Amino acid sequence: MKMKASEAIVKCFEAENVDLVFGYPGGAVLPLYEALRNSAVKHIIVRQEQSAAHMASGYGRALDKVGVCIATSGPGATNLITGIATAYMDSIPLVAITGQVNSSTIGRDMFQEADIIGATQCFTKNSYLVKDANELPRILKEAFYIASTGRKGPVLIDIPRDVQETSIDFSYPEIVNIRGYKPTLSGNAKQIKKAVEMINKSKRPVICIGGGIRSAKAFYELNMFVEKTKIPVVCTLMGVDSFSNTSPYFAGLIGSHGYPFVNRMINDSDLLIVIGARFADRSTSMMKNSFSRNIIHIDIDPAEIGKNFETSVPIVGNAKDILTDLLVCDYSLNTVEWINASQHMRKDYMEKIYSHDTTMNPRLLIKKISDFLGEKGTWVADVGLNQIWAAHSFSAGLNKRFFTSGGLGTMGYSLPAAIGAKMASTEDFVIASMGDGGFQMLMSDIAVAREHNVGVKFIIFNNGKLGMVRELQKNSYGRQSYFGIEFGFNPDFIKIADAYSINSMKISNNEEIDKAIQEMFKNNEPFVLECIVDPEIPSVPRLGGRS
Amino acid sequence: MSENKKILLSILVENYSGTLSKVAGLFTRRGYNIDTLNVAETQDPKISRITVTVTGDSYVIEQITKQLHKLINVIKISILSSESSVQRELMMIKVNSEGQKRSEIVQIVNIFKANIIDVSHKNLIVSITGDEDKNNAFLELLKPFGIVEMTRTGPTALERG
Repeated sequence: MKMKASEAIVKCFEAENVDLVFGYPGGAVLPLYEALRNSAVKHIIVRQEQSAAHMASGYGRALDKVGVCIATSGPGATNLITGIATAYMDSIPLVAITGQVNSSTIGRDMFQEADIIGATQCFTKNSYLVKDANELPRILKEAFYIASTGRKGPVLIDIPRDVQETSIDFSYPEIVNIRGYKPTLSGNAKQIKKAVEMINKSKRPVICIGGGIRSAKAFYELNMFVEKTKIPVVCTLMGVDSFSNTSPYFAGLIGSHGYPFVNRMINDSDLLIVIGARFADRSTSMMKNSFSRNIIHIDIDPAEIGKNFETSVPIVGNAKDILTDLLVCDYSLNTVEWINASQHMRKDYMEKIYSHDTTMNPRLLIKKISDFLGEKGTWVADVGLNQIWAAHSFSAGLNKRFFTSGGLGTMGYSLPAAIGAKMASTEDFVIASMGDGGFQMLMSDIAVAREHNVGVKFIIFNNGKLGMVRELQKNSYGRQSYFGIEFGFNPDFIKIADAYSINSMKISNNEEIDKAIQEMFKNNEPFVLECIVDPEIPSVPRLGGRS
Repeated sequence: MSENKKILLSILVENYSGTLSKVAGLFTRRGYNIDTLNVAETQDPKISRITVTVTGDSYVIEQITKQLHKLINVIKISILSSESSVQRELMMIKVNSEGQKRSEIVQIVNIFKANIIDVSHKNLIVSITGDEDKNNAFLELLKPFGIVEMTRTGPTALERG
């Protein structure tokens, strides 16, 4: 069928079941927008392109599909970069489409020209500069395939304006064949056998999970495996919603901002089974260097295995396939004492963190909302103290998701990502929690929530400061060294909500929490809850004098 | 950590625009140094071969190959040893040949089975093909005559058999 390449792009969207795209138009994407205007694909205009990438990420993650964002050449494309890098670090599938100046003028520093392929090379899984319009259908097919298979991630397609205008003979390829890209899915049988032997010999094993469980849709298989082997589970920030947080086998978050007792558990363990996690610095910083324990590392990306620590049994493949293989094996280990000890520590710790008497305990608010939500809902946490509070106190599960920028740590992520997530799951509650700093990063996009009546509940923990940086300054240089972390001026967030015609409420002590929850969740409209919190509340409560 | 060694990687890639920059960029990004690099089409114009030499310990080399494998356009990576492969490098040297020097240079060129490919009043350009050690030895012998400028491709290689 003859059509313009720009129309072919939209046809490809339709073939990939893309019903919603997030973008911001401009000169270099005019033909694409003209094609979108005449299509059934819905377009959401954002207020800053970075938000388009985060929204697409939140939308895609909630629906388990590839999110799509669009920006024009030059500043439009460069504004996308942080969003693309955020998705890359967290292995979130994304297709980003950018306009480019006319192909004959590339390299002449034209108006709004930027080498976006070069600029994003290190945080895209793959990227394409389309020089021949006839290649577009193949490229789009490949892009969606690459983004959503193997270790998922963002793919960028840069399309010059004249290429979009070119007339092509369109047919969407049915199969993808990329010689250099054949992800390994099933694990090596010998390695799996070795792993089982190692598990059976262990006395104090721990399973550490990351985002790879959700990415592989292996929630169910993991749960079965844990029930069968009775091994306690700890998680990274990306793995918070990979296992039911209410399971008796769940211990909690590891790492520099994890629970101290979980880190002690890791240090006491004799076997660590890492599944779908990179196990990077933030997760392992509290681990003692003297590694006497065995490590089984299961990951779809062979480059992650052995990158950050030495592995006894590496298994490359998809978490779902490998867990399915592990499930049929026989296990004879006895972990009763080990599990009991872990449960005891968790219970003891949890009681203490909520009994702390402060004017406004953000953890208590998060816990109460989590209880209110029951088995469903999505919490999107920003970056900073609020991220850690939420990761600790939100109780995730099968249909109770937890999204955050785990790898790149992008402040501002939560507001647009939650809007995207809410657009995907209109019935369930979606909460975005952030600090006053994070809110102000991309707050202009709250307009999108109002415009399309996207009922995200925005929670702003306002301490007038960059709490996490402040905590780092204190821990690194002492209390007297606070610098550059205080906002000399903050706007009135309630008035801002008013300006956007969004209902709001401000609370400053624990007694007001119940009323706030009632108010916030009485309907499916967007809502802003501002919580005045004490800047001295730390990321992780250090109880019992241990540091 | 094991000790540093120099290795030769032969990388088959799909011949799309930007592929070389993705391969080369990966080294910089991950903090590894490229010693030499050359690239050209193979018998299949859709496929190019990039030959790279890098220095690193076994951890670095493992990481490089794993990260390279992740690039979508990379088809195959082989680590080539001097036993399992034949390696050659082309070197061209413009050397000062004024006065009595010319005949001396010609003698050395003959011993090494090198070629004189350009002659002028002041200089000679000689070319030599060989493994890196041979080329290094040749270069050392020419240095006293005064090297005006030179270029070398870095090794390229094929697996034996």
